[in-house]
Amino acid sequence: MSDVLSMPARKPLLEVRNLVTEFPLRTGVFRAVNDLSFSIEAGKTLCVVGESGSGKSVTARSILQIVDAPGQIASGSIMLNTADGVSIDLAKLHPRSKAIRAVRGRDIAMIFQEPMSSLSPVHTVGDQITEAIRLHMKMSKDEARAEAINLLRQVEIPNPELAIDRYAFQYSGGMRQRAMIAMALACRPKLLIADEPTTALDVTTQAEILDLIARLQKQSGMAVLFITHDMGVVAQIADDVLVMHHGVAKEYGTVEQIFHSPQDPYTKMLIGSVLKLEQKAEIRLARPPLDQTAPPILEVRNLSQQFGTVKALDNVSISLLPGETLGIVGESGSGKTTMGRAIMRLYDPTAGEMLYRKVDGSVVDLAKIEGEELKKARRELRMVFQDPFGSLNPRMTVAQVIGEPLLVNGIARGKELDDRVSHLMEQVGLDPRGRERYPHAFSGGQRQRIGIARAITLNPRIIVADEATSALDVSVRFQVLDLLMKLQDQLGLAYIFISHDIGVIRYMCDRVGVMYRGKIVEVGEAEKVCNAPDHPYTQALLSAIPRPDPRDRDRSRRFRYIEPAAVKNGSAGR
Amino acid sequence: MLKFIGKRLLWMIPSLFAVSFLAFVLIQLPPGDYVTTYIATLAASNEVVDQNTAAQLRERFGLDDPMLVQYGKWMWGILSRGDFGISFEWQQPVSGLIWERMALTLVLAIASLLATWAIALPIGVYSAVKKYSIGDYAFTAFSFFGLSVPSFLLALVLMYVAAVEFGADVGGLFSQEYETAPWSIAKMVDLMTHIWLPVTILAVSSTASLIRVMRANMLDELPKPYVTTARAKGLSEFRLLTKYPMRIALNPFISTIAWLLPNLISGSVVVAIVLNLPTAAPLLLQALMAQDMYLAGAFVLLICALTLIGSLISDILLAMVDPRIRLE
Amino acid sequence: MVDAAITTYQPDRAAVASQWQLIWWAFKRHKLAMISLWITVAMYIVALVPGFFAINDPVAQNARATFSPPQRIHLFDTSNGFSIGPYFHPMKLTRDPQTLAAIFVEDTTKKVPIQFFGRGYEYSVLGLFNSNVHLLASGDPSRPLFLFGADRLGRDVYSRVIQGAQISLSIGLVGVFISLMLGIVLGGISGYYGGRIDFFMQRVIDFVLSLPTIPIWLAMAAALPQGWPATMQYMMITIILSLTGWAQLARVVRGRFLSLRTEEFVAAARLDGVSEGRIIFRHMLPSFSSHIIASVTLAVPAMILAETSLSFLGLGLQPPTISWGVLLREAQNIRSIATAPWLFMPGAAVVVAVMALNLLGDGLRDAADPYNK
Repeated sequence: MSDVLSMPARKPLLEVRNLVTEFPLRTGVFRAVNDLSFSIEAGKTLCVVGESGSGKSVTARSILQIVDAPGQIASGSIMLNTADGVSIDLAKLHPRSKAIRAVRGRDIAMIFQEPMSSLSPVHTVGDQITEAIRLHMKMSKDEARAEAINLLRQVEIPNPELAIDRYAFQYSGGMRQRAMIAMALACRPKLLIADEPTTALDVTTQAEILDLIARLQKQSGMAVLFITHDMGVVAQIADDVLVMHHGVAKEYGTVEQIFHSPQDPYTKMLIGSVLKLEQKAEIRLARPPLDQTAPPILEVRNLSQQFGTVKALDNVSISLLPGETLGIVGESGSGKTTMGRAIMRLYDPTAGEMLYRKVDGSVVDLAKIEGEELKKARRELRMVFQDPFGSLNPRMTVAQVIGEPLLVNGIARGKELDDRVSHLMEQVGLDPRGRERYPHAFSGGQRQRIGIARAITLNPRIIVADEATSALDVSVRFQVLDLLMKLQDQLGLAYIFISHDIGVIRYMCDRVGVMYRGKIVEVGEAEKVCNAPDHPYTQALLSAIPRPDPRDRDRSRRFRYIEPAAVKNGSAGR
Repeated sequence: MLKFIGKRLLWMIPSLFAVSFLAFVLIQLPPGDYVTTYIATLAASNEVVDQNTAAQLRERFGLDDPMLVQYGKWMWGILSRGDFGISFEWQQPVSGLIWERMALTLVLAIASLLATWAIALPIGVYSAVKKYSIGDYAFTAFSFFGLSVPSFLLALVLMYVAAVEFGADVGGLFSQEYETAPWSIAKMVDLMTHIWLPVTILAVSSTASLIRVMRANMLDELPKPYVTTARAKGLSEFRLLTKYPMRIALNPFISTIAWLLPNLISGSVVVAIVLNLPTAAPLLLQALMAQDMYLAGAFVLLICALTLIGSLISDILLAMVDPRIRLE
Repeated sequence: MVDAAITTYQPDRAAVASQWQLIWWAFKRHKLAMISLWITVAMYIVALVPGFFAINDPVAQNARATFSPPQRIHLFDTSNGFSIGPYFHPMKLTRDPQTLAAIFVEDTTKKVPIQFFGRGYEYSVLGLFNSNVHLLASGDPSRPLFLFGADRLGRDVYSRVIQGAQISLSIGLVGVFISLMLGIVLGGISGYYGGRIDFFMQRVIDFVLSLPTIPIWLAMAAALPQGWPATMQYMMITIILSLTGWAQLARVVRGRFLSLRTEEFVAAARLDGVSEGRIIFRHMLPSFSSHIIASVTLAVPAMILAETSLSFLGLGLQPPTISWGVLLREAQNIRSIATAPWLFMPGAAVVVAVMALNLLGDGLRDAADPYNK
């Protein structure tokens, strides 16, 4: 593979040299992409990888000159070398010129992260695909329609003759992305730019979309520029890798080099963070084994939660030991978030019990208690939310946010409150001098620490963490995970840790419950469930996770779980 | 879709009843009744009406019945035979007085609505696409000015300019020779030459707010990912704009009928009085002053019903153009 | 690793800024809105003590000044030498020899100085005490200054516009206040409880919004007895205007309540053990108060326009009450505005006031959410 980079004889399909893309701001100029150079060979896949704010998306958009206003290419060249020997410098073309429009969609096509919002809500999918066809190819309406049906069939959309007249909101998430791909491939482009196309999808759907792109790439010989933040995906599909950070290239090389002999410390950190998720956290290795005989601190029995006709939770039973970390894993719509919220009594469960054992050994049913009793229980059961932005009131200072539970429960006020808040901030790794600041002055990771500080304020015994780290970049994620475990040791907490990411569960949890369509299909030791599960759904889920090793690319072991009773294909998610 | 329209139509029934009751209560509000006013008017010219005559008049018009009975009789008349009662002042059935005036009110409102749309749509789109350009600022300035000028003031100023500068009288909807003439092509043409002034006046203030609405809608839609998708296909900016963001920004725009129509009709009332147009408004004002209750009631009822129907039409239109509503 | 996250903060103004500070900074960038703010403040100061800003008694009639045109103010006196000090030429009434119509000519032989803080007619300051000091006063009480000319009865249009500001501007505020109370209570109930109550309230709000306001106001205003005292009239008109104005505000309040109910920080507060009352007043209210203020600011000019229209049609406030709408009734007759176009001046006041309030409200609305940029 490394010979590709060092083969000067044939010109690469796309050659980017010293690209600079800038956004003028009120206070100066922001360089989103700074002096970036790379090239893509025909038929190959280049992955551009980086965390949020790295400029990877702007890079992709710069190539087609569709950077959002007021951003624009300041300097550099983007040479497109087509097979017939013609070379165009895309950076020199005006963003509204005919010349660049002829390239868009015909030579270079693009797909995006949010398939729902990337398709027009009021035009049929067929309308949008035939438009792309007829824009660049001379075809009658009927021919274009036939071609569009053909394309939908190629991307494995069932009943393409019917699906073509449907709207995007009538498709399921994966189907929408397939439709986007069909649209992008309409004119058989030589390069497909995919901007985080699988980030919004579940891991099993992601695997299918990645397979689809790889298959189509093989058939048509097109090159792919794949933007992602996920090193696992990179390892599975890339030929070459470009690591970006704050607008500059940190490292550029073949996938082998990047994964097996990375040079740059940032690259090493990125790879290290995925490899970490392959095993249990170091902190946990040092712990004594849990006392399995202790009576459970929380026991959920036959819990059901119905919203209208939807059964979000269907007869769920699970228990939590003191000091244990219980993982709940599942894909979107599996009911895992409902489970967390039902335990906190943010919902009133339809049926079932949630037995909580207090310090004095007495047991209350969280599903039944009200008023003062519920308030008391909620002091001992606390929650950390997913969204570090939405869960903090932007109009309160950090001290007010963290101190609120102490204040309203009449535990501390005045000077004492102030001291307690400072101490809590130190405990979660925040400088107490920042306590008069408002949440908007903190980064995502810092805000999540504030959320954790609020959760431990009342000396709780159980913390429900709902996707507490999924909104964070990988480099920050581990800091927060490790903080949670450190606090667990200090305060003797039990966690219910809800996540869609099996890696995080494997790293954090003692035991794990796997949820699928409102039911728990498997419960067991985290190592066992995350490495050698019994239930076919868990096995399918596990098979779909991209392994962060380019030498381990066996797609054949992947499979999709099909529920035994009611077989339902994924089309038209209505 | 049919279910949606059916449901929406069913909702019209209680709304219309509420409106009719409201109209009736409103015209019953003034202390005294038509006979009191009538006696007062006669007394002003030194004529004396004795108690007997007054009582007879009251009985003839059913003014001594309890309010609910009067309302019931009135509604029954309307529903069973389209009879809106009698105008005391004009001494003839209300239905003979209102329909032509209501029709002209409707013509005026619809013409203003269409003019408003025709002006506001392109300007709103332009303002959003060329955000912060000189044109955008100019239109923004215009729309704030339009929002701030009461329509009757605008009517007065235009009349003043016409009278002082051109020596022309621009009031009314018809030239004198056509005022009482039966409908003909020539009368229609005459109407067209007169209607532009009230339409312009009404359009100025409603255009102003609608430009803001369309601009805001477009600004919401322009940064959406589907616009980038269309751009990445190689679509030209103009086609892209008209096919995608404009089409979608149009949906909330359509729902503006629901509040634009009441506004236009409200505005037209004042403008019609100033310009002395033969629409419902001047007669309504006169009827209110004279406590000619059935006439005033019929006007209030019909005008309110008109706007209710307007909001019904806007809902149905919206469902027709937006598949997200249609297919739910 | 964890402790590495402890960072020392740079002193940062924005980091410790409360929402009102952030809103103020965002608002200040909006130049037009800032200008409008000052104009609005100035107008309400005038409305507070109109007597001080008026020149002549707004109700005093003067047969010799009927339709007297506006006088020009001269800032510098250059007739003999140079002296600073505003003055004006008094009007001389002559008659057209044929038609005997009144013709006013500036009598350039005479100069009347304009005094700052001079003495004039006596007026009451907020009903607390009386004063006769005016910002501007004619140096010669027998020769009045008509800045905007005089009306049919020889009353000073300028002073009447100033006096009218009190009623016209305050009716907007009071009306909106009543609407707001209704809107917050009804919209809040609807948004907070949701479910059936919400469904019913929504239908009512939709219904009220789909009604054309002016015919309804006309009908209601027609019910007011003509002979009522001015204050009663004023109260009734404000109530009539509010009866339809609340629906818009109720809808805004409801929308905010509904969206806030699903915010995670509200759920978090509930889990913190915060009482319902504290959730509403400590968490929800501050989150939408800025939006409410913006909506209210935008509702005030609509009320002003409504009062003006009603009074203009003769169904609102009645003379001798002075409001801009009442003053504009004088301009209803095309013949009188042809001879005295300055009778439009109250209209100009309406336009300026409404425009300033609209721009102010627009600027506030843009700045109202400093966290969602």
